Amino acid sequence: MFEKLIEMFSYPFMVRAILVGVMVALCSALLGVSLVLKRYSMIGDGLSHVGFGALAIAAAANVAPLIFAIPVVVLAAVLLLRISGSSKIKGDAAIALISTSALAIGVMVISMTTGMNTDVYNYMFGSILAMSSSDVELSVILSAVVLVLFVLFYHKIFAITFDETFAMATGVKANLYNTLIAVLTAVTIVLGMRMMGALLISSLIIFPALTSMRVCKTFKSVIINSAVISAICLFLGIAISYLWGTPAGASVVVINIAAFIIYSIIGMIKNIKNWPLT
Amino acid sequence: MVHDLSFEVGENDYLYIVGENGSGKSTLVKSLLGLKAPSKGKIELGDGLKLREIGYLPQQQDVRKDFPASVYEVVQSGNLGSRGFRPFYTAADKKRVRENMELLGIRDLEKQCFCDLSGGQKQRVLLARSLCATKKLLLLDEPVTGLDPIVTQEFYQLIYQINKESKIAVVMVSHDIESAVKYASHILHLQETALFFGTAEEYKKSEIGKEFLGGQSACLKN
Repeated sequence: MFEKLIEMFSYPFMVRAILVGVMVALCSALLGVSLVLKRYSMIGDGLSHVGFGALAIAAAANVAPLIFAIPVVVLAAVLLLRISGSSKIKGDAAIALISTSALAIGVMVISMTTGMNTDVYNYMFGSILAMSSSDVELSVILSAVVLVLFVLFYHKIFAITFDETFAMATGVKANLYNTLIAVLTAVTIVLGMRMMGALLISSLIIFPALTSMRVCKTFKSVIINSAVISAICLFLGIAISYLWGTPAGASVVVINIAAFIIYSIIGMIKNIKNWPLT
Repeated sequence: MVHDLSFEVGENDYLYIVGENGSGKSTLVKSLLGLKAPSKGKIELGDGLKLREIGYLPQQQDVRKDFPASVYEVVQSGNLGSRGFRPFYTAADKKRVRENMELLGIRDLEKQCFCDLSGGQKQRVLLARSLCATKKLLLLDEPVTGLDPIVTQEFYQLIYQINKESKIAVVMVSHDIESAVKYASHILHLQETALFFGTAEEYKKSEIGKEFLGGQSACLKN
């Protein structure tokens, strides 16, 4: 087992998958805390479907997938925020509307061009073979940008997540930062979705945040814990995917479920200990 | 809709804005904070007071109940307005957080989760946050909603003390007229337009003041 793990690092495609995967896992964990607390969890799911549609069109038109998909998904993210801001169509309905539309268009494009083949299967459920070396460069640079922006705007993101009205009253441009969060989420999702799969990428956003909230009670500790949990789960998931040939996305989610259960139990034990005091 | 309204708050004043539900109090608060532009007329800030330097305490239901945040983190977010585009807090900001927590007697709660506090403690924490945001003017929107009577009285005392000792002007939005005449220096009685604006003493003698105060004590007797 141990030898096999060492062997794993001798394959360039595995090193690429782990490198990009860990970067994406960190980004999505950080953004996920804010998204979950603002009740925007489903935005990740909606955007990943848009990403699926965009990748399908990119493949049909024979253009580089990331270069095409990133602007499209960013646009969809901004649009989603705008629509949920206006009262005509509510946020959850807007997300369902856009995501199913994009999925349908993607499926139509695929069936008219290449047909339903292994590529489509990989888009849906993820593959550790998805990353080419040129993708890696772009992915690492973009995830680094996401991480740096998150750290720079950490206090403002806390403020608008905790109490948007107060933040606006103290002069924080909440709409600007909401848009920033949506754009960063869009970029993260596109970078991660070919490895994790369109159906499962949103788990990277939701699971680490919810898991760390079982135990941690301050914003900072939730953020740090999410990042660590997310990176570890991703690594273990990829290793499982390599060892047993399972799809990468599903393997990572299974590990995340295990982490969630462990943290829930720790949280319960902590509560029982504190019980006589509260 | 609020119309034809004109009033002013001077340095160190304690203004109560009273009125029934739907009398336009929340609209007025939003306009004062600059979150909503008045359709006519304007709001002037003198003495170098900037819009983002108003210490605002929102109604309690605005603040999330299951949010993982420590008391320290919540109070510190009050410093954000003075940060501008600089990303991190300075030593002076941190000192301000500690001073305000000490002033409100919540220093020992520093590391606790905001969600585990009682209603009265939560309001103290949010008040400390507002104090970090301002040096001159506090704007409190129904701060005692949901607090029990004893905690309510303590909270009123605390705000009165801050107004007197820290020399910070207070604008309190409330429907509690009894406490208004007890603590306020000025009263604005709002009912879509200003039914009354003047000092608390004048209000007690005015027709409308007598009517409302008398009405309330009559209710209590029955």
